[in-house]
Amino acid sequence: MAEVSLRNISKSFGNQVALQNVDMTVPDGSFVVLLGPTGAGKTTTLRMVSGLDKPDSGQILINGQDVANQSPAQRNMAMVFQQYSLYPHLSVRHNLEFPLKSPMLRTPADEITRKVAEVAEVLQISHKLDNKATELSGGEMQRVSIGRALVRNPQIYLMDEPLSSLDAKLRSDLRIELKRIQASLGATMLYVTHDQIEAMTMATHVGVLDSGRVVQFAPPREIYENPVSIYAASRLGSPKINILPADLFPTAPQGASQIGLRPEHIRIGQGQETRVVRVEHLGDQTRLHLKLGNADLITLTDAHTTLAKGDTLSIAPLAPLYFDANGDRI
Amino acid sequence: MSGFSVTEPSQRQKWIAGLLVITYAMVTLMPLLWIIATGFKSPEDAISYPPKVLFEPSLEGYVNLFSSRTRITTGMQESLQPAETWYEQVARDSGTIIVGPSRYGQRFLNSVVIGFGSTFLAIVFGTMAAYAFSRFKVPIKDDLLFFILSTRMMPPIAVAIPIFLMFRQLGLNDTQLGMILLYTAVNLSLSVWLLKGFIDEIPFEYEEAALIDGYTRFQAFYKVVLPQAATGIASTAIFCLIFAWNEYAFAVLLTSGNAQTAPPFIPTIIGVGGQDWPAVAAGATIFLIPVMIFTILLRKHLLRGITFGAVRK
Repeated sequence: MAEVSLRNISKSFGNQVALQNVDMTVPDGSFVVLLGPTGAGKTTTLRMVSGLDKPDSGQILINGQDVANQSPAQRNMAMVFQQYSLYPHLSVRHNLEFPLKSPMLRTPADEITRKVAEVAEVLQISHKLDNKATELSGGEMQRVSIGRALVRNPQIYLMDEPLSSLDAKLRSDLRIELKRIQASLGATMLYVTHDQIEAMTMATHVGVLDSGRVVQFAPPREIYENPVSIYAASRLGSPKINILPADLFPTAPQGASQIGLRPEHIRIGQGQETRVVRVEHLGDQTRLHLKLGNADLITLTDAHTTLAKGDTLSIAPLAPLYFDANGDRI
Repeated sequence: MSGFSVTEPSQRQKWIAGLLVITYAMVTLMPLLWIIATGFKSPEDAISYPPKVLFEPSLEGYVNLFSSRTRITTGMQESLQPAETWYEQVARDSGTIIVGPSRYGQRFLNSVVIGFGSTFLAIVFGTMAAYAFSRFKVPIKDDLLFFILSTRMMPPIAVAIPIFLMFRQLGLNDTQLGMILLYTAVNLSLSVWLLKGFIDEIPFEYEEAALIDGYTRFQAFYKVVLPQAATGIASTAIFCLIFAWNEYAFAVLLTSGNAQTAPPFIPTIIGVGGQDWPAVAAGATIFLIPVMIFTILLRKHLLRGITFGAVRK
């Protein structure tokens, strides 16, 4: 296991800037989730660490040692590719064995058998071991791809949206399973997703990326409660944080142009008058879509509310977040 | 069976289709059938007019192909022992006696060595060059590829004279090595271009996965790219072999007593007293067999088609 540091990494592909001065340390044994929309530089960051791509400038250190001259194999990392990249000419079993049989690892045969069986069990693909890799569904391919990483005990696991093709049930099972494996091995994990639930539940640290820059790197609760910008605040939380013009509320401080209100940070019963536009009963809770002046916002209320479309109610902000005209936190 | 199926043709349509295919096959296979049949005819039947469709089969052509014979003179007749083997008997029946093997076996062996040797080299070099062109930033790549292709733009025989002089200088005239090198060079443009196409189709992601999995670049090429290129390699090998196997012009010009291949040899088979057509036909028939076997052996790779990968697009 290892600590990985990115120092001032920049990378462009042609005119396209992928990463700009990315500075980040993945502590030993941590589970770091990179969060951001498509094109934010998440996958590029993984590829830099893996050694598949070289940065234009900056350093990557593993346990304090510069790895610029090390090949991907020498860096001893396991990676789950977003596009799976299973070897199509091999069976599932041989795909899982492939890294263990490499000249880097040269694992004894009985240990290979044991590890493959163990990982196949966890990922629920034991019955598919003798299939060709091409005879699997998307979700099964993705699990084999995760398995090919988990059979190893590398310095760091790199995972690029490893749960994206799974159905909801399997996804929540594997979320727990991956977290359990990572915690029990004390493994260092760098994990890319744009699923905020994965980020909230699994991460010890979240790195929020925006157009190739790290805008905030902190534990997920910290980012949730104390985001540096509207952008960072919008990455976490479902339903999303409400962003409203600051002048809707009299409490706004000097310089604030926008106010961010998490749906649960709205007190019902006093303050501004709003109109109920829609009521969504989710069973355990109810989402209220409200209209305040011209602004739309969403809040939560108890499951058995009697409110209906067209009703009016008054609301007041609770723990609001204020942002300036650039979207930065005040 | 439902009567509404659009994919299942009716019994009658199947019959018509089958008949058409058989007719077409008959027409295209006619020369082949003619050659095979002639090999089993007697010399008289082979040149009879109108051609005989039904004839008494004879192995004389095959015996003549593999043996050299001399005519039995009246003086020899008394001292002759009875024929010991069936092929001696066949020769006796046509009034000749076998004095030794013919040179066909050796010519055939030359064809095998030169054909398969040059195919092997063209595939080995072609695969490596194609991989490099497909994956690496090669300076002036497009020009190099065009140059390689341009070696195919003229008929190879156009350069026969310079090659002949070069070979004579280098002592490669009439050697197996010389012919292997020559056919490898001619086939290389074909193999590089064909294989580059096949390797381009294999996503680079597989090699990246292998690099992460602890393999070097060459091991990734060997373990991941080669097995997936098997289809392309098999079809390219068949094309290369067919060219080298059938090549006539260079073989006539550059080989004679030592390294001569079968194609220039077969038409020169002279029997006792004139061209021995059944022997020529027998030589051609046997000559077809290796390429046929090679193609059948590689057929499963050809039919399997390009592996659709486990990479999400």
